[in-house]
Amino acid sequence: MPPKEKKTGLIFFPAFDWAISETHPEREERLLYTQDQVLEEGLLDFANIKEFKPGIATYADINRAHICVPDAQSLTTPSHLISAGGAITAAKKVLTGVVDNAFALVRPPGHHAMLVAHGARGFCNINIEAVMVEYIRHTYGIKRIAIVDTDCHHGDGTQDIYWNDPDVLCISLHQDGRTLYPGTGFIDDFGGPNALGATINIPLPPHTSDEGFLYVLDRVVLPILDEFKPEIIINSAGQDNHYSDPITDMRFSAQGYALLNEKLAPHIAVLEGGYSIEKALPYVNVGIILAMAGLDYSHVREPDYDFEQIRQSADITRIIENEVQNILSLWKRRGKLKAQITGASSYIRREKNIYYDTDNITEKQTESVRVCNDCGGLVMIDSAADTGKKIFAVILPNQCCPQCRKDGETFFGRVNSSLYNHVYFQDREKDIFIVK
Amino acid sequence: MHILLSQIFTVFGVLYPTFERKDYAFFLPCQDKFKNIYKQKIKQKAILMILGIDVGGTHTDAVLVENFELKKKVKVPTDNANIMSSLLSAAQKIIAGENINNIKRIVLSTTISTNAIIQNKIDRVAMVLLSGPGLAPSTLSPGRDAFFISGYINHRGVEVQPVNNDEIGQVSHNLQRENIRQIGIVGKFSTRNPQQEIDVAHILENDQRQFSLGHRLSGRLNFPRRIATTYLNAAINNIYGNFIYEVKKFVCQVAGDIPVYILKADGGTILIDQSLSCPVQTIHSGPAASIMGLLATARIKEDAVALDIGGTTTDISVFAAGDPLLEPNGITIHEQKTLIRGLYTKSIGVGGDSSVCIENGEICIGPQRRGPAAALGGEIPTPTDAMIILDITALGSKQKAMDAIAPLARDINLDIVSAARAILDRTVAIIAANVKQVMDEINNKPVYTIHELLEGKTINPEKLYVVGGPAALAPDIAKLLGYPYKIPEHYEVANALGAALARTTAEITILADTEKRELIISEEGTVMKISRDFTLEDAISAGKKALRKRAAKMGADPTDIVMEVTEAQEFNMIRDFYKTGKNIRAKIQIKPGLISAKKT
Repeated sequence: MPPKEKKTGLIFFPAFDWAISETHPEREERLLYTQDQVLEEGLLDFANIKEFKPGIATYADINRAHICVPDAQSLTTPSHLISAGGAITAAKKVLTGVVDNAFALVRPPGHHAMLVAHGARGFCNINIEAVMVEYIRHTYGIKRIAIVDTDCHHGDGTQDIYWNDPDVLCISLHQDGRTLYPGTGFIDDFGGPNALGATINIPLPPHTSDEGFLYVLDRVVLPILDEFKPEIIINSAGQDNHYSDPITDMRFSAQGYALLNEKLAPHIAVLEGGYSIEKALPYVNVGIILAMAGLDYSHVREPDYDFEQIRQSADITRIIENEVQNILSLWKRRGKLKAQITGASSYIRREKNIYYDTDNITEKQTESVRVCNDCGGLVMIDSAADTGKKIFAVILPNQCCPQCRKDGETFFGRVNSSLYNHVYFQDREKDIFIVK
Repeated sequence: MHILLSQIFTVFGVLYPTFERKDYAFFLPCQDKFKNIYKQKIKQKAILMILGIDVGGTHTDAVLVENFELKKKVKVPTDNANIMSSLLSAAQKIIAGENINNIKRIVLSTTISTNAIIQNKIDRVAMVLLSGPGLAPSTLSPGRDAFFISGYINHRGVEVQPVNNDEIGQVSHNLQRENIRQIGIVGKFSTRNPQQEIDVAHILENDQRQFSLGHRLSGRLNFPRRIATTYLNAAINNIYGNFIYEVKKFVCQVAGDIPVYILKADGGTILIDQSLSCPVQTIHSGPAASIMGLLATARIKEDAVALDIGGTTTDISVFAAGDPLLEPNGITIHEQKTLIRGLYTKSIGVGGDSSVCIENGEICIGPQRRGPAAALGGEIPTPTDAMIILDITALGSKQKAMDAIAPLARDINLDIVSAARAILDRTVAIIAANVKQVMDEINNKPVYTIHELLEGKTINPEKLYVVGGPAALAPDIAKLLGYPYKIPEHYEVANALGAALARTTAEITILADTEKRELIISEEGTVMKISRDFTLEDAISAGKKALRKRAAKMGADPTDIVMEVTEAQEFNMIRDFYKTGKNIRAKIQIKPGLISAKKT
């Protein structure tokens, strides 16, 4: 039986006049059949489902979440501003009580866009969830937020942006990075030194079906959410785990996606990937909308659905069970890990090589975070891309402690600007963004 | 990627019928034709007379229009138990002493279909539904005689599951046993491929059964609305057919062979013979006549708002550059959402006879009407009483009005005149607030392209048109809205005049799929083979041809057809990184408006 009905907001923006390129998966046609199905099912006529026009995100909204090189304006087109604006509209409607939950069915996606962005990677220019999360924190004073990324690809951009933030829990379920882009998201990627356990990765073997997804949801995702106690839950709702998706190898179904959303009960869902535009998206999206609205989704089924055909093997079940044990044991030890990792260091450094597949850019990055027991810690990034751009960024976290603030302001004052094209100062607490 | 941006007005609504006309000359309707529709000199010597009759809830009005000038008007009370008699009586009165041979057309607007539905005087209907996957059947409301059968079509119009003849045989058996003769057949995505609906009808066909097929009633997507529309069509099929039979008999007796039209919900006319297959299109004929009447009496050219202030309600309608807006998805009747194309109107529970009371020191107006104004013998004070006290209207007994308002005035510590003023201020404020809300909703409709979102086209009313008994409130409402007002003349017979002068309207929906090599026009039931290199331009030109034919059949003057493309999109279909074809979608309409004065 369907649970209690909820008031659900829908921000539908298919951007019928925008594509990365003519034959790219991220093209005009992507949400066409989803729109057909949503309209034919008459979903917008339900009293508890209301459609809203997306707003347009501002550059200031983007600068709260990203260091865009050279600036937000150069990195975005109107489509990105509307996509992020749609996510923000979803958040506004939920947080002002107009609706109980909302689904931003927008494109292009964003979860591969990292803190520093030199261009587009994985079809993403800016991280629409992160732009939304920073808007929420800035506007509504909400502190603890959880993002559950159910896209088939590791949500590496979202992970990167919140790596050092103990108040934003990022859980990513995805196809094992050894078998799929972007090749990351292993269990021991567990968060920065001041935010251990606020990043959880759940890589799943290829051919995982509904059974496996729902198992990790019940055994890992929901219990960790229970302990983390977020004020709001966001589903970064990629739909490429579907068994018919052309660029992945999973076996998830529309029923599975609907049940996952019913159990997860996100306040906000934001569409990410999903490129089986005819065989999956129409059904998955209708399933998610019905599940969020608390309506009966039991008849939502793909025409070619065959339970036996997509059922996962016993081997896969065993691998997943084993992995769940490992993640939970790591989660239980998270409090003790910091001392082991940081030792006596006052700064922890990590080197990253980042490849922007969509724009064919390579970036070398050094991130230094101050080991801090009072806040997420001052972060400094030195980044050089093969575009010739070299930048330095100082980032103060939300609820920044006085010492991190003092150090950050000092570093920003002293940095030798002549060595860089741009030097950025991002103060997430006071909402200040300076470029020099 | 190839979308004609200029042509995407809305994706799923025709809410803005000529939204971008200022920018795209291609869609310029022949505005000049409608200029001075009354004053224009008719070159032909022949006298052109049109008889318009509006059977309203209270009155039946008839007008005789001669060479586009109002010649004569008649008003008789409506007998709701016998609409035919009201119609005949008005008709007989107005043609008395006239040369009937000069009458070139008769146009009716009537509550017959609406009343049948609201009073539940409808036939038993069996709905045969091919619902496929998606919404649970329990969320649909197809009436008590619903048969869910196998078979479905997907969004591309591909048959995924065939129908099952044995199952349909069983349905037929049940229909026979229950003696149900009106049958609605609706499939999910049947507008994308009507074949299953047609096949089911063939199998069920016998002499006693009449069929309403979903895909013929609208080309739009929305399965639950298609079910409701088809159900209502079947439910009023008989009662409507009988009414038309009577009308034809009468016309034949008194006037011979004059074409008779009926007004549809979208403010367009259709020959009554043609309306027999889609009676559901004639519901809300009254409200449509009222809006067309405004167009005829006020000659609206600009973005405007019109108010019809009645006793119980105020109806708000909106015009974009003189064109009345249509409901984006279809009209709602008796709480049933349908796909019936209809003029946009929002009804609010405030009118001249709304009951006035004081609650917690605040003046409350409506939404109930509890009898006429106190000045006219009612028991409850009303805004009309306030108008009488302030000498805005001279009606009934001013003393009775004052007596009724006196206790309210005491409750809010005002003298009677100030209280009357406060009541009117409140009435006017509610109406103005609703107008603003309507404009806000219209201007914030979701759009689906970056172009539309950034262009941010809006309707900005420049004038307020007010009709109805309490139209004297117009200056106050206009002041709050910040634009000037106008009270059109002849508004007491505006509905009949609107019906008389309305043109024939029609809409068709085209879907072309070059991978399937198929073009479908749902409303016509057309399925055509096309070539692989078929283009959007080809689709529009095929659509225009079909629409012209359809309109002429419905009774449009072939020399006075102005078509407008309201939606035109073309998507490349890419599978495995290769282009497999194009998915082309277009809608073309003949928008609501007045017949051209240049033509007969």
